[in-house]
Amino acid sequence: MSAPPRRRGALAAFLRHPGAVIGLVILLAVVAAAILAPILYPTSPWRMVQRPFMPPFTLDRFPLGTDALGRDIAAGLMHGAGVSLLVGLVSTLAALVIGVPLGALAGYFGGRVDDGLMRFTELFQTVPSFALAIVLVAILQPSLSSLILAIALVSWPPVTRLVRGEVLSLRSREYVQAAVVTGQTTFTILRREILPNTLSPIVVLASLMVATAILLESSLSFLGLGDPNRMSWGFMVGAGRTAIRQAWWISTFPGLVILLTVLALNLIGEGLNDALNPRLSRGDR
Amino acid sequence: MDARTPRRTVVSVRDLRLALPAGGDRAHAVDGVSFDLVAGEILCLVGESGSGKSMCAHALMGLLPKAVKPSGGEIRLDGADLLAQDEAGWRDTRGRRIAMVFQEPMTALNPLMRIGDQMAEMFEAHGLLTPRERRARAVALAGEVGLPEPERIVRSYPHQLSGGQRQRAMIAMALALEPAVLVADEPTTALDVTTQAQILDLIRGLQRRRNMAVLFITHDFGVVADIADRVLVLRHGRVVEEGPAEAVLGRPREDYTRTLLAAVPSMDPPRREPRSGPKAVEVAGLCKTYSTGGGLWRKPRRVEAARDVAFAIHQGETVGLVGESGSGKSSVARLVMRLIEPDRGAVMLGDDDLTRLSGEALRRARSRIQMVFQDPFASLNPRRRVGQIIADGPVAHGVPRSEAEARARDLLRLVGLDPSAMERFPHEFSGGQRQRVGIARALALEPKILVADEAVSALDVSVQAQVLALLEDLKQRLGLSMLFITHDLRVAAQICDRIAVMRRGEIVELKPAGALFANPEHPYTRALLDAVPGRTRAAA
Repeated sequence: MSAPPRRRGALAAFLRHPGAVIGLVILLAVVAAAILAPILYPTSPWRMVQRPFMPPFTLDRFPLGTDALGRDIAAGLMHGAGVSLLVGLVSTLAALVIGVPLGALAGYFGGRVDDGLMRFTELFQTVPSFALAIVLVAILQPSLSSLILAIALVSWPPVTRLVRGEVLSLRSREYVQAAVVTGQTTFTILRREILPNTLSPIVVLASLMVATAILLESSLSFLGLGDPNRMSWGFMVGAGRTAIRQAWWISTFPGLVILLTVLALNLIGEGLNDALNPRLSRGDR
Repeated sequence: MDARTPRRTVVSVRDLRLALPAGGDRAHAVDGVSFDLVAGEILCLVGESGSGKSMCAHALMGLLPKAVKPSGGEIRLDGADLLAQDEAGWRDTRGRRIAMVFQEPMTALNPLMRIGDQMAEMFEAHGLLTPRERRARAVALAGEVGLPEPERIVRSYPHQLSGGQRQRAMIAMALALEPAVLVADEPTTALDVTTQAQILDLIRGLQRRRNMAVLFITHDFGVVADIADRVLVLRHGRVVEEGPAEAVLGRPREDYTRTLLAAVPSMDPPRREPRSGPKAVEVAGLCKTYSTGGGLWRKPRRVEAARDVAFAIHQGETVGLVGESGSGKSSVARLVMRLIEPDRGAVMLGDDDLTRLSGEALRRARSRIQMVFQDPFASLNPRRRVGQIIADGPVAHGVPRSEAEARARDLLRLVGLDPSAMERFPHEFSGGQRQRVGIARALALEPKILVADEAVSALDVSVQAQVLALLEDLKQRLGLSMLFITHDLRVAAQICDRIAVMRRGEIVELKPAGALFANPEHPYTRALLDAVPGRTRAAA
């Protein structure tokens, strides 16, 4: 099965968006860094390799300098890329796995099912998400999987709300009613007729959620709640925080990388939005 | 034409050419169109969808979409070329010299502003009058367009008005600055027939009183017959025929015009033998009340969509359900299909009461009664191929997919499409072709009864005639019974054996089509029949 032709037009529209292309280039660079890290820096990024507090650009082998314990910052950034991407992608996927079915059920059945599910969703929405994530990671012991779980658990409610709204409007469409009168089962109708048509807004939301998840991971690591065995950007910012006046580069470089990655994902999200929902963005027609 | 007064041309359009963006199915939306708007005359621009008639109107107002660029010709208003003027010039022209009435009054009015304020805004935008004078003018205008209690109604919001009243308010706004030209783009298409007749009268009356030139855009030849002095027929952006209304409608010169006129269904129902025999479906005592709003202290608003609706359809018979919007006819269709739950009543398919079944039994019983939907663009899932759309129903009932697809191929041939359509997506088809796919989908389950909910209302007249012929043919060949819901009495006259007239959830009259048109008993039926556009001129 090939994608509908509309999709090919969407790809072209996406590539015409200058911001989206810049975002894509940055994101590809981050992906490349994550892949190349074990090749370019085969030793652990935690190893002390030079004297501490070495400023950047003094030695060719350590272009970004070293931190308070003499660890190579460039190596840390490369290895941190993998952690950030992994946490961002997997936690977003997990949030979709929780959020999409709940939203679809609430939107399709309405009434009491809707009420019950939405009150449950609001329970999560009313608790400040960062505080909840801190509590969850603290209880579960900091590790990569507990980080992912915590981030997924605090970020699914917006997915549910979005999917519910989309399904609510699609449910009364004539082609869905046609599926009902031709005797298709509820599960088939949701899977075949409704959910594929909610894909565009979900893709857009997901791209922005990856950015939020990376930020959340960095914030947790900054507070010392990251995986102690993995080098991560947030941890690097946090570790360099106390020495920022003597050694600006320790916190600044990882901070810049976080900024660029999140910016790239936001640009991509915006590009996807314009490409997949052309009627909302383009002035003509 | 009246020979005593000289004809004064207000707007003259010469060789207008509007370029479409490259890569479309044609280069020009409008190609070499010329016409004159004469004071005191109504020019009707007629054409099917895609003929470029709305583009002409928008060009006249300087409201073309960004992608469409004028690439030739001129629009002269009192000697000056409008296409050459800048945005400031357009702002001065719009409203003051050329005003427009849009199709959908609900979306053309600002829902958060009182209608009197919206009328006053017309003066404000052009820096005219004091606030007090503007309010007084708004009240006067409301009176002139026949809004009841002008003093009070200028203080209400658009949602508090009926559809016809909203369109009157729109017309009042258009008239505010006494423009020389009024452009009306399908102003009655969204309205019921009885309201449409009133609005047409209003436009006619105002145009005579103020000696305005009117450009009236419509797809409906009935409306043309009622209102036009001159007619211009457009096709694919080119002029097919132009002339006085009597000549174009009575003695068309071009084949295309003749085809269009022939496609307009006649108000005389053909003779049909009364059907007896077994009943395919029997509906008894169907009731449904919607209640919305309401709270602790407020009474909820109740709308009776169906009140004790009862009728039977014999095998091979077509029963029409006609009425205005809000009469409950679509609700009845959905109640019969059990897409909505009735409060009371029964829908008997043979011995089974569809309203009492549930779960698996309901899913099975549904294959015997199928539906064709109104909007050919909304009734097909844009992400599934035509073959899948048709085969999905039988597959859900346990037919192997390969067998269902073979049958889908046959069905496509049956509804007049090529079987190669199987592999294509809905957006690759025209509206009429999509509606054929919708019919094929409904037939895939070999139903005994077809419910058609405004199945031809969204189609152009010529396509409408083809789809009606197809439905009639299929009904004969497959021995189907049909419940045909429509607001269009002409369509009902052509296809129905018996017709039920609905008003506010009640069937007020149910008779064989011939008897209903020959001697309507209920006053509401008579009002409906009188309001059908094009009736007066055809009779005269």
